[in-house]
Amino acid sequence: MGNFFARMFDSDIWFSFKQRPIVMLAALVVFVCVFCATFASFVAPHNPFDLKTLELSNAFTSPAWTANGKATFLLGTDDQGRDLLSAIMFGSRTSIIVAVIAVMLSMTIGISLGLLSGYLGGKLDAFIMRVADVQLSFPAILIALLIDGVARAVMPKGSHDSVAVLVLIFAIALSGWVQYARTVRGSTLVERNKEYVQAARVIGRHPIAIMFTHVLPNVLGPVLVLATLQVGSAILIEGTLSYLGVGVPPTQPSLGTLIRVGNDFLNSGEWWITVFPGLALVMLVLAINIVGDWLRDVMNPKLN
Amino acid sequence: MNQSVQTSDALKATDVRIEFPGRRGLFTAVHSASLHVAPGEIIGVVGESGAGKSTIGNAVIQLLEPPGRVSEGSINVLGTEILSLAKDDMAKLRGSTIGMIFQDPMTSLNPLYTVGKQIIETMQTHFPQQSESALREKAIDWLNKVGIPNAALRVDNYPHQFSGGQRQRVVIALVLCAEPRLIIADEPTTALDVTLKRQVLELIKGLCKERQVAVVLITHDMGAISEIAERVYVMLKGRIVEEGTTAQILGAPREEYTKSLIAAIPRIDVKVKRFHVVDNESASRITAVHDRALQWLTVSDTIVPVSDKAVLKLEDLRCTFVTRRSWLPKNRRYLNAVDGVSLEVQRGEVFGLVGESGCGKTTIGKMVAGLQPPTSGRILFEGLDLAEKRSRTEEMALRRAMQMIFQDPYSSLNPRRRIIDCVAEPIRFHKVAKDEAEVRSIVELLLARVGMDAAAAEKYPHQFSGGQRQRICIARALATRPRFLICDEPTSALDVSIQAQTLNLLKDLQEDLGLTMLFVSHDLAVIRQMCDRVGVMRAGVLVEVGTAEQVFNDPQHEYTKALLSAMPSMQHLAMA
Repeated sequence: MGNFFARMFDSDIWFSFKQRPIVMLAALVVFVCVFCATFASFVAPHNPFDLKTLELSNAFTSPAWTANGKATFLLGTDDQGRDLLSAIMFGSRTSIIVAVIAVMLSMTIGISLGLLSGYLGGKLDAFIMRVADVQLSFPAILIALLIDGVARAVMPKGSHDSVAVLVLIFAIALSGWVQYARTVRGSTLVERNKEYVQAARVIGRHPIAIMFTHVLPNVLGPVLVLATLQVGSAILIEGTLSYLGVGVPPTQPSLGTLIRVGNDFLNSGEWWITVFPGLALVMLVLAINIVGDWLRDVMNPKLN
Repeated sequence: MNQSVQTSDALKATDVRIEFPGRRGLFTAVHSASLHVAPGEIIGVVGESGAGKSTIGNAVIQLLEPPGRVSEGSINVLGTEILSLAKDDMAKLRGSTIGMIFQDPMTSLNPLYTVGKQIIETMQTHFPQQSESALREKAIDWLNKVGIPNAALRVDNYPHQFSGGQRQRVVIALVLCAEPRLIIADEPTTALDVTLKRQVLELIKGLCKERQVAVVLITHDMGAISEIAERVYVMLKGRIVEEGTTAQILGAPREEYTKSLIAAIPRIDVKVKRFHVVDNESASRITAVHDRALQWLTVSDTIVPVSDKAVLKLEDLRCTFVTRRSWLPKNRRYLNAVDGVSLEVQRGEVFGLVGESGCGKTTIGKMVAGLQPPTSGRILFEGLDLAEKRSRTEEMALRRAMQMIFQDPYSSLNPRRRIIDCVAEPIRFHKVAKDEAEVRSIVELLLARVGMDAAAAEKYPHQFSGGQRQRICIARALATRPRFLICDEPTSALDVSIQAQTLNLLKDLQEDLGLTMLFVSHDLAVIRQMCDRVGVMRAGVLVEVGTAEQVFNDPQHEYTKALLSAMPSMQHLAMA
């Protein structure tokens, strides 16, 4: 393990990281967000889900620095007296979990199909890529809405809320695999013709074994970069779906749900209920994208 | 600034030091190198890869890869000190006074413009007062001069409509049309076949003599140097170690390094037992390891039955690629990469396949190795038809008996795996060893046999040079205890001294193990040194087969004769 860290601190990636203050700042933001989300139960000043601690008299408290603000509620409270800062922390936990699992799922699907498609080629390749083309002609949100709609129709009423998160993850994952499949297929087409793959074929190894032991490790670089960027967009899709009301239920609010709830009060002057979750969302996605963009530049040998 | 430059020199570089500052400190690519060229003179700069010869060329034209810089010395082109020139002035000098010919004719032309347009555009930049139609006439004239047939028609063609050799001629026309006084030619013929190589070199020589242009020919190819250069600079690790006339350097080199460099060049006239190598391994230390390796490698495998038939027999082998797909059969176009080849390789024999690029020699190697299915014909390995369906165990036994060594040592090892995993893959997969400990000892034995330390096992491929990687590939190919080895241009990506070491290794292994080899190469001299019998290929057809002596001393086919006469021979210089 020490060896691993020694190699990491000696690598070109770490060197490039140290030279970019903006990337360092973005990485710090991502770290703080993930940390607060992971340890929300310990870090958050209030527990927004503990109904006993909620008092309606605290409802619509404005942020601490405004005239009617209270020091205990830094970013103010919502219509039920919940502390917004705590709600954002718990909300970003849901958002991040959903996004990360969705990205991992779509990565698995995309990598497998991309490897098969690129390595075996022929009719299978044509079929997978046409399916991908068809899927690309639908907006991701539409596909997610469709899957959610089907799930609602199939499942009995009432039980939907309990599986809503799973449906959401599945919907986001299924709308994202195409990117991975295309990236992996492109790299696989290059790697397939390299001589180390041919050497493995001459040794007599099975195509599936060659795909996963030889080709996969060599196409993973661009995929990991893509995955970082996709976490950002998955958080956005999750936010959009929750905003539209087809995402996670209000009992387990994500950032999108918080924004939707706050939206009702935007015109009556309680701007903070929607603005702060929105800002948190923008900040998180922006930071992830900056880190992802930087990773893409560093890992692209052509730019070095 | 004190400029005591003789006006007779087109280029005079004095004590040039070129540095690349990096995060691991300063890397000095060139140490106080001095060279000069007179107008109309052709000098050669030779050395192995990494010697800094291209870096000097790039410094003269001020196209060093950043963050490289010339930290000391002066570079004087026709009386102008270029190191103190402003960027804009340097840009004017580039092309008009200094021209550059790059290695790869495929990438040095813009594929979206016709060659005529590219030549005219270049001339417009340097002679803005001339009219377009006059320049067009001149462009046709230039294409004529560099020997493009039907220049008046071809001026409107795109680069992809020219062959590789013609493209390099177009590049030369493109450089010469600006009428530079100095040309830097960086490996101008490396990407070309033997017959084209000679034509392009003679073209450069002729035009330069005619127009009194100074030429710096940067190459690793001693043959090219002996053809056209008048004086030679030999570089080693960033230093010029020897300079002199071509006859003196090639015929009577003074420095030890130059001597070994020249001795390592494969000769085409006589077969030598071993190549002279630059650093002789201490024989006593390694014999014990070699014996143990030999012992392991010659253990007979009962799983793989040995038959007494010809090891390899090809019967009317054909391979056709579709070059244009169409629904209508009549619109389809095919390329017959291999067009009816029949040959036999006997046990213990090294059979060479030689020919220019695109003649189908590599395709034959791939078909034998099972990487490319043949369109028709039969491949018999020890009497067994490779196309037949057989059980997985029998198939695996066949795979074990036959291994391949590839051309590009930089891509033939998986960059993400340690050397031990690369070499052990066939051992583990074919279950040659009982347990991991035995796998390890076998890998170390094999690595020792090819001249690598046991410590190499833990490293990754990028930590090794091309020659070392090729050794590792040889170790991997031996790991199944094969009886038949297909070598596909195993040394064409290596420097000449490394090539000599690698060929020696292959020769020793072949003799010790009694291996049968199919040796594919475009290099006639390498084939001459390695092979017992030779097949000459042209456009998918085997035009001549015979023992190496027959083919090289008494070629029967016109094409073989043409190939042999195109080889630069350095013997006339050696005599002088």
